[in-house]
Amino acid sequence: MTQTDTRVGSASAGPAPGPARPFWTSRRRDQLTGFVFIAPQLLGSVVFVILPLILVFWYSLHEWNVLAGTFDFVGTENYQGLADDPNLGAVLRATGLFSIGLVVFNLGLALLLAVLLNQRLRGTIVFRTLFFSPVVVSLVAWTIVWGFLLQDNGGINGLLDTIGVDGPNWLRGEGTAMVSVIVVQVFKNVGLNMVLFLAALQGVPADLYEAAEVDGASRMRQFWRITVPLISPTILLTSIITVVGSLQVFAQIAVLTQGGPGTSTTVLVYYLYQQAFQFHHFGYGATLSILLFVIVLALTVLQWQMRKRWVFHES
Amino acid sequence: MNRDLSRRTKLVLYGVLLVLAIPFVFPTWWMVTSSLKPVSDIFAFPPKLLPTNPQIDAYQRVFELQPFGQQYLNSLYIALVVTVGTMAVAALAGYAFARIRFRGQNVLFLVVLAGLLIPSEVTIVPLFQMFFKLGLVNTHWPLILVPIFGAPSVLATFIMRQFFISLPDELEEAARVDGLGRFATFWRIALPLSRPALGAVAIFTFLHSWNLYLEPIVFLSSPEKFTLPQALTQFVDAYGGPMWDVQMAAASMTALPVLVVFVIAQKQFVEGLAHTGLKG
Repeated sequence: MTQTDTRVGSASAGPAPGPARPFWTSRRRDQLTGFVFIAPQLLGSVVFVILPLILVFWYSLHEWNVLAGTFDFVGTENYQGLADDPNLGAVLRATGLFSIGLVVFNLGLALLLAVLLNQRLRGTIVFRTLFFSPVVVSLVAWTIVWGFLLQDNGGINGLLDTIGVDGPNWLRGEGTAMVSVIVVQVFKNVGLNMVLFLAALQGVPADLYEAAEVDGASRMRQFWRITVPLISPTILLTSIITVVGSLQVFAQIAVLTQGGPGTSTTVLVYYLYQQAFQFHHFGYGATLSILLFVIVLALTVLQWQMRKRWVFHES
Repeated sequence: MNRDLSRRTKLVLYGVLLVLAIPFVFPTWWMVTSSLKPVSDIFAFPPKLLPTNPQIDAYQRVFELQPFGQQYLNSLYIALVVTVGTMAVAALAGYAFARIRFRGQNVLFLVVLAGLLIPSEVTIVPLFQMFFKLGLVNTHWPLILVPIFGAPSVLATFIMRQFFISLPDELEEAARVDGLGRFATFWRIALPLSRPALGAVAIFTFLHSWNLYLEPIVFLSSPEKFTLPQALTQFVDAYGGPMWDVQMAAASMTALPVLVVFVIAQKQFVEGLAHTGLKG
């Protein structure tokens, strides 16, 4: 399609219509080519991103029950409904706990693994492969296997039993269920942050450490005073990716806990799915979508603001 | 911190690495070995790390209980079409945004980038309505069209743009002197050079499509249309309890081929995915 268009351009450039200069100057041709090249992505963005975003806002102003076939304009009623929703507090709490737990555990472990792999050791490439491998395992397959391991009589409690520890029923207790979904998610994707950190660590100039050594700084001090500040742009990047990703968690919850026990693991996206596609409250589901959008937007803006504050430098 | 380490430190480090590797490796090991165990051994105590009498009954039942072959093909062809489509859309748009000057370029780029800020979960309700009105619910069209043209391809476009921006101007000058048009310059000069970026786009796009879960369970309702992640959760007995051995067999068949490809091409995977900084 694009090829024909450019050819049309060059063809009409030959027989110049006017006496002064041809209509199809190379600049005009380039303009057209540019538009043609971006057309699929631009149209796609308008139809599948911008338009749905406008629609979701429009829907959120309506009481819409698909089963009853009603679609009535109710203004901000759904937004007042957010305040009156007895579940929403628990949902936001679960979402916050999940995000905070995930970011802390994920970034901490990723940094630890990266520092270990950055040592002068043979075979670190094998460990890098092992730590990274869950990233390419199908998310639902990974989650199902962990669900199997976390059963009351499953593999983990079996192994704990052999060393004399009586493990809990992980997915049925409120606290342990949340810990379980966080842990499952961390081991799935920590490899990505690990390689990002590893690349950052390898970019820290070695002579900085040598100078610190001469000054008698301990390893710990070197880590906090040299390594952390120098890789802080990567810490920021990974924390943004991880936080935004944590707000989108769905499959793990759907497979492992279905939001339970109670509402202890009902995160926002899962609640949105329940309201819209299980209870058919599309209007309220749309309102929850807007809430999710606002949270993601606010966090992204906040984190970019923080960049100016505490990120040491930017290359 | 590339300092030489004493023998003892090395041993300690290896020990720590080995212990840390357990939660990454054990689930895959447990998945494969459990799929080969008879049902009676699945919850045996103490846990059996190796199946004593390996058997493949569970694998046969995967195909008896669901049209698993069909579902496998569904996942595979959708992921491949989405990957090729995304590469085309993203390469064209990324090239134009990076190397062609046209009116409104910056504004249009911002419009496209909005897709990065809007999680697909936010737009799932209106997208469902749109495809419902078009009569395309319970078809694969939403799973193909939205990723290729919508939010998921925006990251790919961004990556391609970043790559094309880094190309030296002289290359295109030379092409122009040789009389190549824009498309020929793109196709014969820029695109072949962009292989690393295209590879990264291909890997993460394929994995994204292969892993998709929310969209299939929203859009698809008949088992012969299901994709793998959705199918994996359907192996339950009459009481809704999971048939673990069958689930493990199906999960193994889903996970192992990608793992094998990963081990073979692990450098490209790690660098490609790290390059894009994308979660799975």
